[in-house]
Amino acid sequence: MSEKLSVKTMEQFAAQGEKPEILFWVGSAGSYDDRAKKISRAFVKILNKANVDFAVLGAEESCTGDVAKRAGNEFLFQMQAMMNIEILNAYEIKRIVTCDPHSFNTIKNEYPDLGGNYEVVHHTQYIKELIDSGRLSIEGEAYKGKRITFHDPCYLGRANSIFDAPRNVLQKTNAIMVEMERNKKTALCCGAGGAQMFKEPEKGDMDINVLRTKDALETNPNIIATGCPYCNTMMTDGIKAHQKEDTVDVLDVAELIANSI
Amino acid sequence: MEYIANILFAIALTVGIGFFARNIRKLSRNIKLGKTVDTTDNKPQRWKNMARIALGQTKMVVRPIAGLMHIIVYVGFVIINIEVLEIIIDGLLGTHRVFASLGTLYDFLIGSFEILAFLVVVAVVIFWVRRNIIKLKRFIKPEMEGWPKKDGNLILYIELILMFLFLTMNAADLQLQTLGAEHYTKAGSFPISQFIAPLFEGMSVSSLIIIERIAWWLHIIGILCFLNYLYYSKHLHILLAFPNTYYGKLKPQGQLDNLEAVTKEVKLMMDPSADPFAAPAEDTVDPEKFGASDVMDLSRVQLLNAYTCTECGRCTSECPANQTGKKLSPRKIMMDTRDRLEEVGKHMDKNKGKFVDDGKQLLGDYISNEELWACTTCNACVEACPVSIDPLSIIIEMRRYLVMEQSAAPMELNNMMSNIENNGAPWPYNQQDRLNWVNE
Ligand code: SF4
Ligand code: SF4
Repeated sequence: MSEKLSVKTMEQFAAQGEKPEILFWVGSAGSYDDRAKKISRAFVKILNKANVDFAVLGAEESCTGDVAKRAGNEFLFQMQAMMNIEILNAYEIKRIVTCDPHSFNTIKNEYPDLGGNYEVVHHTQYIKELIDSGRLSIEGEAYKGKRITFHDPCYLGRANSIFDAPRNVLQKTNAIMVEMERNKKTALCCGAGGAQMFKEPEKGDMDINVLRTKDALETNPNIIATGCPYCNTMMTDGIKAHQKEDTVDVLDVAELIANSI
Repeated sequence: MEYIANILFAIALTVGIGFFARNIRKLSRNIKLGKTVDTTDNKPQRWKNMARIALGQTKMVVRPIAGLMHIIVYVGFVIINIEVLEIIIDGLLGTHRVFASLGTLYDFLIGSFEILAFLVVVAVVIFWVRRNIIKLKRFIKPEMEGWPKKDGNLILYIELILMFLFLTMNAADLQLQTLGAEHYTKAGSFPISQFIAPLFEGMSVSSLIIIERIAWWLHIIGILCFLNYLYYSKHLHILLAFPNTYYGKLKPQGQLDNLEAVTKEVKLMMDPSADPFAAPAEDTVDPEKFGASDVMDLSRVQLLNAYTCTECGRCTSECPANQTGKKLSPRKIMMDTRDRLEEVGKHMDKNKGKFVDDGKQLLGDYISNEELWACTTCNACVEACPVSIDPLSIIIEMRRYLVMEQSAAPMELNNMMSNIENNGAPWPYNQQDRLNWVNE
């Protein structure tokens, strides 16, 4: 993707004395991880297409602290949280959208206690909102008739009971939606949460992502759709473990939509 | 002489209930070792959860077969206990079937008790088969070896015996009614025990009375024993499921609490006007311990969780770590917490109610670091639990202790955390490069 994206920072907005509609919280993965960066770009393509007046924090954004908190480091978490809250509050941010369910959960649920009160939406919810309000229309047929199975991210699904938005959005691509046997509330984790992403797994007889991709492959999909950069990495690796990387794609909802507009 | 039965009954009742009250006091003392948490919020929702989850068993039926059986045993247990009320009155006053005057209603009640008793027998047999013949995976995990396995079966045997005694008692009674024995007025309907009654054909009134009385006494003594067995068993959940679902988590599952003690320190650190070299206040008490290494560091709700756990293993069977052969089992986390709490309680009993350090703790002696680090914080265990237990909260509390008190995180996690400290990201990239993705 080398399309020119239009992205303004909060600093630029402030310098012009303007306020964006919404802040796009990119998150650490979306900023640095090669695979996740593509998801950030796809989402911005959607935002540009729908003429959303959005901002990013750029160099002023810092890790939400979610992963530190779940690793047990409450100090580091609260330091990060308070730093971020200071910046968000200074810019008087009201509404935040993010592609990362972990950032979504932490900012939405754990920041308010520490003085950060914002309306936070996941990018799949926001895309749905854009479609419903007529700002975005999906005309492309890139995925028409393709079998897509959606893997619920724990921190979007079970943790925050958001199950329908990603499915509704995917439906618009005219793909054939297939559900894994364990889905929504009983979906199996991809194995990345709780700081597992950053360490080797404990001794066992299988890796969790391999088990979860097995669930997905049982639906005989063309595409495994994800809504979290970490799930994406895990499922992509899982597909490789099953030697299915040539026949099954792992794509974020944002990418699927960006390719359909 | 004629009051001897009544007196014996009153003694049995007093001893049984007295002992039970003693155990409940101990239970409450042990739970109070935990930290207080504010659970005064949103009472309507809490009552609703209790009604739905504990009374309505909504989470049980997620697994339909086990759920249906469980509802039968549960409804049977509750309803048949109305009969116990009659037994107690009869026992104390020396009456026989004191509610018989209710007439048709009484016939209906006894009839439905019998049908329920029969269904309970069927369900209990199926439960036993699932545990011992089919050997469902979740019942044969390592943490179930020894007492937990025995406990599970013992409960089934006791229930079976109680139902059997109840039906025998009724069958003998029916036979006595048919023979027109004195005291045994015609009352009740016996849809199930009518099939047992023929076994007593030809017996004399006096032997029938002996059978009926023995069954009656064993039934009520059995119930009193069962009541006192609860405290030592996973069967405690029949009582604690109610408070536990009331105190269960109301926030979104993904939300962890923020440690207040940490907030204070972080605010101080970030406050530009605070003097970093200021001498600590004279009266500083012991710095608060972060996280949990033993049961006293957990909250009262977490300790109540531990006593409520039914050891059903639904949590463990949904746990991604456990499914992939890791040591972690959320059920074991709960069982360990209860075992350790019991151990602490016994120590207190020995030391006149005070806890003296016994050189042991929950972390290390019961729960290993390896188990704690295998958790993905996915909340599958929390979702699966039929009685609103939150094993994840204990895991996080113990990780907090490992990291903040002992700096004992795995090396890769320490690297990740120092990256966050230095660059504001879990990877070693420069914060100034955060926006590079736009032009790549
Ligand atoms: S939260 Fe942890 S213990 Fe619970 S199911 Fe997930 S991995 Fe297992
Ligand atoms: S914690 Fe809940 S799900 Fe797990 S064994 Fe105990 S009662 Fe069952």
